[in-house]
Amino acid sequence: MSALELANKIREKFGEVISEPIEFRGEITIDLSDPAKIEKVCQFAKSKLGFDMLLDATSLDNYGDDPRWTLVYELYGTVHASHLRIKTSVGEEAGELPSISGVWATADWHEREIFDMMGIRFKGHPDLRRILMWDGYPHHPLRKDFPLAGKATDVPEVAFTDRAPLEGGPFVTSAGGSDSIAREPRVRDPEADR
Amino acid sequence: MDSREIGYNSKIEGNVVVTKVDAAIDWCRKQSLWPMPMGLACCAIELMAAGASKFDIARFGAEVMRFSPRQSDVMIVAGTVTYKMALAVRRVYDQMPAPKWVIAMGACASTGGMYRSYAVLQGVDNIIPVDVYVAGCPPRPEALLDALIKLQGKVQNEPSLSQGAAA
Repeated sequence: MSALELANKIREKFGEVISEPIEFRGEITIDLSDPAKIEKVCQFAKSKLGFDMLLDATSLDNYGDDPRWTLVYELYGTVHASHLRIKTSVGEEAGELPSISGVWATADWHEREIFDMMGIRFKGHPDLRRILMWDGYPHHPLRKDFPLAGKATDVPEVAFTDRAPLEGGPFVTSAGGSDSIAREPRVRDPEADR
Repeated sequence: MDSREIGYNSKIEGNVVVTKVDAAIDWCRKQSLWPMPMGLACCAIELMAAGASKFDIARFGAEVMRFSPRQSDVMIVAGTVTYKMALAVRRVYDQMPAPKWVIAMGACASTGGMYRSYAVLQGVDNIIPVDVYVAGCPPRPEALLDALIKLQGKVQNEPSLSQGAAA
């Protein structure tokens, strides 16, 4: 069964909350308008449609737009070898959606990473701790409004973080430059290149 | 033995070296620096190469990689020190018995290297005293061996018993 047919089966089951499947370069994406249903959709995709594997769960920061967060789930079925992408959006105020770690155990650490880097919370997650930064770190570094150099933070006796010296950077590589001098990493104003 | 015998007793002549206790102890220390391999990133691969047969760090008496800080003399910080790891590095260093030394191996351990980032400590010398810095990303095993020889030179000239000895 193709990914498109499988996506339409999800649509039949859940109706209007699932968007028309979007095909781009042979990959099928569906959009779920109600993030509260993500666990049920995933459970259905796993148990009834054979998506036995979660390849990745990740998130986007649409800074300045509403809803701010987009979550992306990459599903794969080893039986039918089909790939399906499910996207759903969460507003900044809610900032929370159901965990799918009960569906695929691998989602546990993916969701911890999303929580650590973006600050999106997962209802029903068994152990929602930071995974990359130290416990007690107050920021979420992959948010668009977080400075590249980081912020100085100190929790005495536990851990600390300093601003990184950027020395005029960031140093940006220009792809497609005529020679290696033009391509090598330099201090560049990203706005001026446009 | 009477110290006057040393000079002209034909039975022991030639088997006696007169030196200072400091120098003798330092000589022993520098020839048996047991490393604590704090391998945190790709530099640790070069550290392993330095320990393997081709480069053979045993030639300089430092082949005894101790994974317990209590048995080691020199911590080789080989790799990127993240803030999450930083206090663990500090804790392992604190558990090493004095006298102890530190080699910061590679750009990351020395200065943070290419990671100008919210997650990476900008040089392990922010939390522990470093004796030798090794440039390179990663440094070749020869560079590490050179650092070890430099450290041996430093150990040789340190007071070990007399005033100023490390606590």
